Amino acid sequence: MDEEKRKEIQLKRLQDTVKRAYENVPYYHRRFNELGIEPEDIEGLEDIKKLPFTTKQDLREAYPFGMFAVPDEDIIEVHTSSGTTGKPTVSGYTQKDIDLWSEVMARALTMAGAGRRDRIQNCYGYGLFTGGLGVHYGAQRIGATVIPISAGNTKRQIEIMQDFGTTILTCTPSYALYLAEVLQKENVKMDNLKLKAGVFGAEMWTEEMRDAIEERLGLTALNIYGLTEIIGPGVAMECQEKNGLHIFEDHFYPEIIDPETLKNLPPGKKGELVLTTLTREAMPIIRFRTRDITTLRKGECPCGRTLIRMDRITGRSDDMLKIRGVIVFPSQIEEALLKINGLEPHYQIVVTRPKYLDELEVQVEASPALFSDEVKHVEEVKKMIEEHLQREIGLRVNVTLVEPESLPRSEGKAIRVIDKRKF
Amino acid sequence: MKVKQISVFLENKKGRLKKAVHALAKANINIRALSIADTSEFGILRLMVPDPELAKKVLEENNFVVKLNDVIAVEVPDRPGGLDKILGILTRADMNVEYIYAFVEKKSEKAIVVIRTEDIDEGIKVLKEANVPLLSSEDISTL
Repeated sequence: MDEEKRKEIQLKRLQDTVKRAYENVPYYHRRFNELGIEPEDIEGLEDIKKLPFTTKQDLREAYPFGMFAVPDEDIIEVHTSSGTTGKPTVSGYTQKDIDLWSEVMARALTMAGAGRRDRIQNCYGYGLFTGGLGVHYGAQRIGATVIPISAGNTKRQIEIMQDFGTTILTCTPSYALYLAEVLQKENVKMDNLKLKAGVFGAEMWTEEMRDAIEERLGLTALNIYGLTEIIGPGVAMECQEKNGLHIFEDHFYPEIIDPETLKNLPPGKKGELVLTTLTREAMPIIRFRTRDITTLRKGECPCGRTLIRMDRITGRSDDMLKIRGVIVFPSQIEEALLKINGLEPHYQIVVTRPKYLDELEVQVEASPALFSDEVKHVEEVKKMIEEHLQREIGLRVNVTLVEPESLPRSEGKAIRVIDKRKF
Repeated sequence: MKVKQISVFLENKKGRLKKAVHALAKANINIRALSIADTSEFGILRLMVPDPELAKKVLEENNFVVKLNDVIAVEVPDRPGGLDKILGILTRADMNVEYIYAFVEKKSEKAIVVIRTEDIDEGIKVLKEANVPLLSSEDISTL
């Protein structure tokens, strides 16, 4: 599609989205009034800059159904974000939204080479998480055979993979590597596998991980991007060129902003991805701040698609951490630590990925209340803190005791998180 | 007779022991005995000094976490079997030893053994009954 034609469609859809949001979602109505803007002010695509941003916090405050723009009877499905940090955010779908989701996911799977004869082993979790059903709908739209095995039970995954002759694997990249490791341990012959492609997403990963997955599973590993707030997986997908993810911009309008100044950045500049839904019915979302750091690339792709591409996500604009797929905020760790008597509120979080899985280390300053002349006792204290943190944030944590005054002190904003993972 | 020992938390990192020892040196504190318990992540420096309260204060001023605690110090003949005899007494009394370290006193022919039993009072009682000479804090400070 040529650019002019596409822009025309985008503008029409944007105007429609803005109008529906203003008229049906109290939150947007209020925000527009505060800014003194009306839907009619959107005369061109660049006018999107006049519109307010939507943050995850805004969606949380509207929990559960405050962002819906349609009557309850039109909602046919709901999903939520993982919600490990208190209230999750809810996404509602009308039949049209499910059709849209099926359409973009069908495109994504097609880009991985899926057709009617393919067997798609879908190891994304089925449930409130969008991964499972997103792939499911896309596979059914294509007419491929979907194996709705969901997450976990690796032995069974491997058995089914061989017996059913799975051709396309969908899961998180770290799970793909884990599967590869188990396949090797169980001495499964590569000849027994018919895998040709994998659609991997829901977490940040690297080119090194891609190489390792491709070599060990003998497939083409492609990156998929999406988020529950916008629709789920299917916002963007890599083509066989593996040179960035094509954003389905006829449905999701991308912008890049500087997360500090909130000013728009041109293609080619790295910044925070902001997305506006163009066709969502149940939940139109305007300028959602994804916090994901990427770069937009214009220009035709050798694959023939003219859709704009985004680079692999390389980080988060806030300090939200995603550890082994679980969202953790430093404030949660702080809260949990402060519940322990005698513990100084000085801590530092170090995230590493020694192999493929994330490790979370929390450094805590030793204090007289924690310390003793016996190693056994100090180790018990360390274990107690680890278990306490695990209960509070739902993740295994390594606690390291460090000397007093050795951690950086709050000077305005203390550096609490050191992310050593390379993306 | 209990004697005071100071324990210092050390990160398992280059230069930490030096920093603690240097602080004591600057305050003119003579270390009589020393042991380090180390794990992969941290160490515990245990010291016998003439004035434990002062040493604690000096180390705390240098941002160390310090604990004062009781241990037992006994005098044993500096010859083979000296320590074995002491441990024999504790074993027969079913006493658990948390840690132990020893040093040789140069002026006399004796070795000093520092013992931390699970129950200090019980340990002292058992050793006294066996007529093992126990050292007092004063003895330590005049060593």
